[in-house]
Amino acid sequence: MTLSVEVKDLTIRYGETVAVDGLTLKLAGGKIYGLLGRNGSGKTSVLSAVSAFRKATSGAVLVGGAEPFENAALTRQICFVRDRVDAQDGDCARGVFRMARMLRPNWDEEYAQALIERFHVPLKKRIGALSRGAKSALSVTLGLAARAPVTIFDESYLGMDAPSRYAFYDELLNDYIAHPRTIIISTHLIEEVGSLFEEVVIIDKGRLVAHDDTEALRARGVAVTGPADAVAEFTAGRTVLGDQRLGGTRSTTIYGQLTAEERGRARGAGLDLGPVGLQDLFVHLTAEERR
Amino acid sequence: MFDDRSPIYLQIADKIKEDILSGALGEDEQVMSTNQYASFYRINPATAAKGFQQLVEEGVLYKRRGIGMFVSPDAREKLRTERRERFFEEVVDAMITEARVIGIPLDEIVRRIEGAK
Repeated sequence: MTLSVEVKDLTIRYGETVAVDGLTLKLAGGKIYGLLGRNGSGKTSVLSAVSAFRKATSGAVLVGGAEPFENAALTRQICFVRDRVDAQDGDCARGVFRMARMLRPNWDEEYAQALIERFHVPLKKRIGALSRGAKSALSVTLGLAARAPVTIFDESYLGMDAPSRYAFYDELLNDYIAHPRTIIISTHLIEEVGSLFEEVVIIDKGRLVAHDDTEALRARGVAVTGPADAVAEFTAGRTVLGDQRLGGTRSTTIYGQLTAEERGRARGAGLDLGPVGLQDLFVHLTAEERR
Repeated sequence: MFDDRSPIYLQIADKIKEDILSGALGEDEQVMSTNQYASFYRINPATAAKGFQQLVEEGVLYKRRGIGMFVSPDAREKLRTERRERFFEEVVDAMITEARVIGIPLDEIVRRIEGAK
């Protein structure tokens, strides 16, 4: 079973601050999504609303077609994983696992044990005494072993070192292949994890900037490089994301697919057309001067 | 592995084509499943599937229902023909342009090629 996630005209305010500003999103079930946004863009607020940790100020959130807020049967199907553990500092990890076994209908104990070993999760220490890396390891172990139909990792593995993060990516991908479910990952480590995303959602200032198939999004950014005049002529009237000059050479990043005819014309004018990576595209789309 | 700057599914398709051209993948040989491929290269299975689909459309691979993907019997020959057509433009012409830029006389290149015969 996979569950879809729908956000309809969602607004979340904290006093005067608008964290999410009329966001509408439709995520089909059973895919891995990347949610990208700068600090303070509203990622955690959106994900908290989807997980029923927070009530929408206005608008609606639907998971599998139903409202998750104060819906216990549905929230058991949604697992929200952060880089800290939702437990008392005095609890030990063993107790946290006991709770998870009780609360999570799809909990896989054997898999949990394998992950505890792989990520070296300390079971006897108090949560408050765990290092940042150990907290992340505990969080992702809880998130993976829960096998919840909607699993959300909100920068949950930031405290892990590079080898542990790659181990996490491997576990996530293999377990997703074996047990397809809806996974949403919010992250700043775009280059590391970008190839895992089937679709990417970019938000900025609580609003949607882009939502597309990862590959289609990648194909949408083009860096046009060549003699300054020719670049200016070719990019006139297009959505320009970035612009750099070095002597007589200019490199302009544009947004939007080029037709074969346009590509041919660019080449004829001595222009070089280069691809733009997901991370660069994200940086350009959410840059300060565009805000 | 794969870089972040061009569609990964095209890079996957190119990789498999290379394996067919080099003979690492033979005619009618089964290729890895999209899931195996995704897991091995740490990419989304849908992306891997898109790369494989591209190769099926180009006639390089064929599907056997419920079993998997296989290399088309004429794939290697087809890919070689394609590459040959592009060889003069992409390799030879590019070499001549580079030689002119850095000042290597074409006679010297011809002598070198003669020597390699």
